[in-house]
Amino acid sequence: MADKLSKIEKRTAYALILPAILLVFSIILFPIFANIWISFKEVELKDIRIPEPRAKKIIKSIPEDPTKLKIVYKLRNSSLLENITDVKLKDKLPANIEFVNIDPRCNFKSRTLSCSFGEWKAKYRENLEFIIYNVNGNLIDKKYLKSKKPKLSGKADNILLTTNFTLNNFKKVFFKNDFKDLLLTTFYFTFFGTLGAIIFGVLAAQLVNQKFSGRTFMRSILLFPYVGPVVALAYTWTLLLDPNSGTLNALLIKFQILDQPINLLGQKYLTFQFLGIDLKLRLALTTVIFFEIWRYFPLAFLFVLARLQAIPKDLYEAADVDGAGPLNKFFNITLPQITSIISILFMIRFIWNFNKFEDIFLLTGGASGTRTLPINVYEQGFAISNIGMGSAVSMVIVLILIIFMISYFKLIGKKANEL
Amino acid sequence: MNYKSTLIYLIISTLYLLTLKLVWIILSVLQGLELTNITLETNLILGLSLSLLSILFGNKINLLIKNLGLSLIFTYIFYVINNVAPLWFYFGIFLIYFLFLNNIRNYDLKYLNQPHVIEKVTFKYITLFGIVFFSLVILFPFYIMLVTSFKTQASLLMNPLDFSLDFTKNFKEFFKSYIVVFKTYNFSRYILTSTIVSVGTVAITLLFAIPAAYAVARLNFFGKTFLSTSILIIYMFPAIVLVIPLYTIFSQLGLRNSISGLLIVYTATTLPVAIYMLQGYFKSIPKEIEDAALIDGHNWFGIILKIIIPLSLPAIASVALYVFMIAWNEFLFSLMFLDNPKTFTLSRAINYLSGDAETPRQFLMAGSVIVTLPILLIFIYFEKYLVGGLTSGSIKG
Repeated sequence: MADKLSKIEKRTAYALILPAILLVFSIILFPIFANIWISFKEVELKDIRIPEPRAKKIIKSIPEDPTKLKIVYKLRNSSLLENITDVKLKDKLPANIEFVNIDPRCNFKSRTLSCSFGEWKAKYRENLEFIIYNVNGNLIDKKYLKSKKPKLSGKADNILLTTNFTLNNFKKVFFKNDFKDLLLTTFYFTFFGTLGAIIFGVLAAQLVNQKFSGRTFMRSILLFPYVGPVVALAYTWTLLLDPNSGTLNALLIKFQILDQPINLLGQKYLTFQFLGIDLKLRLALTTVIFFEIWRYFPLAFLFVLARLQAIPKDLYEAADVDGAGPLNKFFNITLPQITSIISILFMIRFIWNFNKFEDIFLLTGGASGTRTLPINVYEQGFAISNIGMGSAVSMVIVLILIIFMISYFKLIGKKANEL
Repeated sequence: MNYKSTLIYLIISTLYLLTLKLVWIILSVLQGLELTNITLETNLILGLSLSLLSILFGNKINLLIKNLGLSLIFTYIFYVINNVAPLWFYFGIFLIYFLFLNNIRNYDLKYLNQPHVIEKVTFKYITLFGIVFFSLVILFPFYIMLVTSFKTQASLLMNPLDFSLDFTKNFKEFFKSYIVVFKTYNFSRYILTSTIVSVGTVAITLLFAIPAAYAVARLNFFGKTFLSTSILIIYMFPAIVLVIPLYTIFSQLGLRNSISGLLIVYTATTLPVAIYMLQGYFKSIPKEIEDAALIDGHNWFGIILKIIIPLSLPAIASVALYVFMIAWNEFLFSLMFLDNPKTFTLSRAINYLSGDAETPRQFLMAGSVIVTLPILLIFIYFEKYLVGGLTSGSIKG
């Protein structure tokens, strides 16, 4: 009995879980494998459309003889590169139709016109013309004729399914793509973005954990940057920082902090002197990092606040009795209580920031020294139209990520489940 | 009298007052005021003397009278020194003085003699600075977004600092950008698409996730541990890696430029999070209730429908709102999959608008307000649930 029950249980479990699994597998896991496949092929954007035979049917009346009609099939191969073999056309015509002339490649039987053309070369085009009439001498049913669409079939190689592989993409990624700079920019962006978000998150959490009027209101607005749509926020920032008519530059000039507007999102380096040393700052990248911090510190804030509120009050009361000051309390009570959540946040946010695409794409499009690996995936795949290269770059991302994840699960995997 | 702590208190409180005034001055400058003759020195002296007077008076006189009196006197002095701006500007200054005095009401000479007082004062002011800083930094871009949508490109290019709104305009003129965005740029269509996509994603995700989460939480089957680990891993996989293969597959299947294609992708990417969040909650429901129902002859389907769902409505609401937020704000996939304006979502439409350098910025900002406002309103209204969703699921994002 118990055995039977557990069998039913198993079967139910699979039935309940299967739809979700199938969907996730087909949209997430399968593409990851497809990505590996594509990264070893030289594929461009224009190659991924399967070559198709196409036909457009045009019907023309013949003024001298209203009982007759002319049908023109405009035939073409949709691909500019690939041939299609074994092309066939089928079309259904109204009843009682006869052909005046019929192309030798076609025949007409039981109201169906069928043609077989053999091979169409790339860019192939032809206008196939017929004249038809009604056997009964009546007018031909034009409406019916127009309503039927010709059906075409053909065989073509799908470049994605062939089995010739190459390592060229990876060679290009590592040796021709300024890979070092790409990796460095990505790490710079990821590390400082994550660190900054966590620092500001802790500060904000410490703030909201105090008692003051308007505290709940403060908590709400602190989450606005994370809840708002990235497109709207990024464009607002772009407007705000615009060198020619942006509010920030205008304000800084008005209050005489700057003499000249500064292009925060369009200038790669800012050189300045500090203690007599010339320093170079990646300006656009820094701005993008600040946007990233602005958008994601609310998350760190949320987690740290939840942790802070769980710290037992009597710890602080005991400290008060001992005569400890606020600074003492922060370093000896608060900080040790939030280190574990901070380390988890750091790892997870690090992984996510590593893959961040939208924010940089919308702010700079990857220009002025803000090209990170995810931006490069897009550039290679869609701007340069080299799908294979794009896949190869994203494979590099996956590899780095797997290393992160393994170290993450080894370090604090158990704690993450407690979240 | 403790000179050291008094001095530090004076310095910090003066700086705090200065910050408050600076924020107000910036906001006023953005209303088109010319406030260049306000000098730092006079404000420092004003702030120092106000802080000093406040602790000297202490609570010897009625607090309200003290605060009102001091703020009125100092506002008058400020008015005499910089007699340039309209009345509302000075009213703001008065409010700042009043707020400031209210903030420092606990401080008097006796208080400044307590142990750790420097740290306490500093911490108090850091909190106050923090409130001002975070409010300004967060709300300022939203403010600019909103106000720009009511201005015109020409007036903004002429004076990028004048964000004053002309309320005397008639309704049609005032909301011109919004009318144009709806009429010329078809935003009503994009709102509809975005709504369909987001609500659809929520519905399908819940439909798939609730049974799956129940199975993971309650039932024993082969491969369960493997499955719950892989949920976590899949959920951390980045969208940018999926973009190219999904683009090629969807191109070949003709799913690009279709709402159903977008729905499939959004559902698949949010499912792992949803399952992860829901199964955690389901585990917390006492199992005895289900056992009783099982004995009463309910099957698993009945249990989910009649017991699990009613008991976990708050968690389901959290997941629903979180998924809605992800789908509404999503940009990467809509950028990749949609290039026909007929199928644009709001985010993609705004991106498309910005691609044309000729598009006046007020239209771009009007579009941004249209996409931002609903999600912020939903957030404010359902804050409790969405925060719940964020904390349990939003390690991602």
